[in-house]
Amino acid sequence: MLYPKTGMLALSYASHQRLLHFPLNRWLATVAGVLIVSLPLYGGDYIMGALAIPLLALSLAAIGLNILTGYAGQLSLGTSAFMAVGAFAAYNFNLRLPGLPFVASMFLGGVAAALVGLLFGLPSLRLRGFYLAVSTLAAQFFVQWTLTNFPWFSNNNSSGVISAPKLSLLGFDLSSTAGRYEMSLATVAGLTYAAIRLARGQAGRSWIAVRDMEIAAAVIGVPVFRTKLAAFALSSFYCGVAGVLFAFAYLGTVEPAGFNLERSFQVLFMIIIGGLGSIRGAFFGTALMLIFPLLLSRFADAALGGTLDPGQQENIQKILFGALIIVFLIAEPLGLASLWKSFELRLYRWPFRS
Amino acid sequence: MYSLVAIGFVLIYKTSGVLNFAQGSMVLFAALAFVSLTEAGVPFAVALLITAAIMVMLGFAIERLVLRPLVNQTPISLFMATLGLSYVLEGLAQLLFGTEPHALDLGISDLPLDVGAISVSSFDLFAAGVAAALVTVLIVFFNATRTGLMFRAVADDHLAALAVGLRLRRIWGIVWATAGLVALVAGLLWGSRLGVQFSLSLVVLKALPVLVLGGFDSIVGAIVGGLAVGATEKLAEVFIGPLVGGGIETWFAYVAALAFLLVRPAGLFGQKLIQRV
Repeated sequence: MLYPKTGMLALSYASHQRLLHFPLNRWLATVAGVLIVSLPLYGGDYIMGALAIPLLALSLAAIGLNILTGYAGQLSLGTSAFMAVGAFAAYNFNLRLPGLPFVASMFLGGVAAALVGLLFGLPSLRLRGFYLAVSTLAAQFFVQWTLTNFPWFSNNNSSGVISAPKLSLLGFDLSSTAGRYEMSLATVAGLTYAAIRLARGQAGRSWIAVRDMEIAAAVIGVPVFRTKLAAFALSSFYCGVAGVLFAFAYLGTVEPAGFNLERSFQVLFMIIIGGLGSIRGAFFGTALMLIFPLLLSRFADAALGGTLDPGQQENIQKILFGALIIVFLIAEPLGLASLWKSFELRLYRWPFRS
Repeated sequence: MYSLVAIGFVLIYKTSGVLNFAQGSMVLFAALAFVSLTEAGVPFAVALLITAAIMVMLGFAIERLVLRPLVNQTPISLFMATLGLSYVLEGLAQLLFGTEPHALDLGISDLPLDVGAISVSSFDLFAAGVAAALVTVLIVFFNATRTGLMFRAVADDHLAALAVGLRLRRIWGIVWATAGLVALVAGLLWGSRLGVQFSLSLVVLKALPVLVLGGFDSIVGAIVGGLAVGATEKLAEVFIGPLVGGGIETWFAYVAALAFLLVRPAGLFGQKLIQRV
């Protein structure tokens, strides 16, 4: 009885475009929203700084990759390259254009990542599937090498490390943990809303059409190449902004090696576990990927009393992650988002079973 | 040398349409298992046999546990499954055999030989010889034996192969086992060159441009691509590298392969994909 039995029928375009269709969900979302925004009031620095901020930043990257891989169906292994481009570009904009507000340099960082993404998306004109995935690996290695080898990008720092500029907005200092958290939250919330609208609108429909069958999409008049490029650019924009947040709101200082292939895989795993082609899946997957290792190490400490050395623990973690990916691909290819959906459906039909 | 790893890929891709990202981890696993056995005092030949047996079992296990439940999924999700598999294998290998690097001595001398004006390492010659032998065996196997014929039938058309009564599952099991054996050979050769350690699994990243260049489904392509990538990489490092500060080895192969793909989207020897509506 928690949900109306007959469902919610959309009677107008406006109601169809609504973010949340069920009144109960709207209530839940309001409560959750208040809890999330007011986290600095009750959450400690650890929860905000070490959990919430990376969760937000990586979720944004996962949304970006999900646009490209989940919606448009183009497998990319270069996510962290685009994150690196975003972070380093924002750093340079901030450095070389004095007086530029941080928000603007974050946006420009995203734009720079989008341009690079566009460049590496060009091969998608001719390549598909694995060949394309390999070509995104080229982006990964090339970007990492460029950022390491040309000291200009890191302002001639000898080890290629860049540090966060002063974070502020309209005169407010955002350098505290709470400030960084609220800034990340606002950015991620805004971009998530945009992503949802895009995914539900014409752009999202075109992506899905191209993903499911390119030729059929072309036949019904979807400009395949432009759609793919748009997905590449947009996805890279999201990854770029995510990179800025990850580098400056979370880590503070970062070197090119921080954005390695491993991170790309991590984001890919997030969307596989969370759900391909689902915006909320990106958040679920990221949460699981971040919290799981913590739980595991807590559990290992509790059960074995710290006899397990960190190296072994990391190996076990690797095995479990790999196994988790395989299990998800076999049992629930659409990830946690799909589990959530069937749970919702269950509530909706309760007390009957589907 | 790159070709050796690439062949493992091609073998699986050709017959089951799966791009096996875990090939590098299988190389690492095989090499680590072998080294651990020899260090435990097991004689060379016995260790080789045991490792081979392990790899064959591993191949069958992978087919049974990972791929069989995923039959009929899209190639991309199969690829992602092998990505997960590579994590499992890497973790498992290091959990079982430790993380410290091992030296591996196959008892092959590494003396420079003078062939005309060029000096060639005798080890490299040996590796090339092994690669050539392996390829010959595989080609003969594919073209002249009953199992090879089955492989090719399966590669051509799964459904048709099933319809004429081929046992798809068993064939895929054998394919994975063979890939495991190829990984063992590659692991031993690369391992004695670089030392057996975690970075061995990164060889997979070197093999990918080779594959792209040669075409995913061609053994000949894997060899030619391996030679081409090896050569261009070194030449680029020597001639272009100094101009831009060196270290271009890591990505040059990729960019070269990418540029090449724009001209020929299926690689040198890859099958042309005919698209039907």
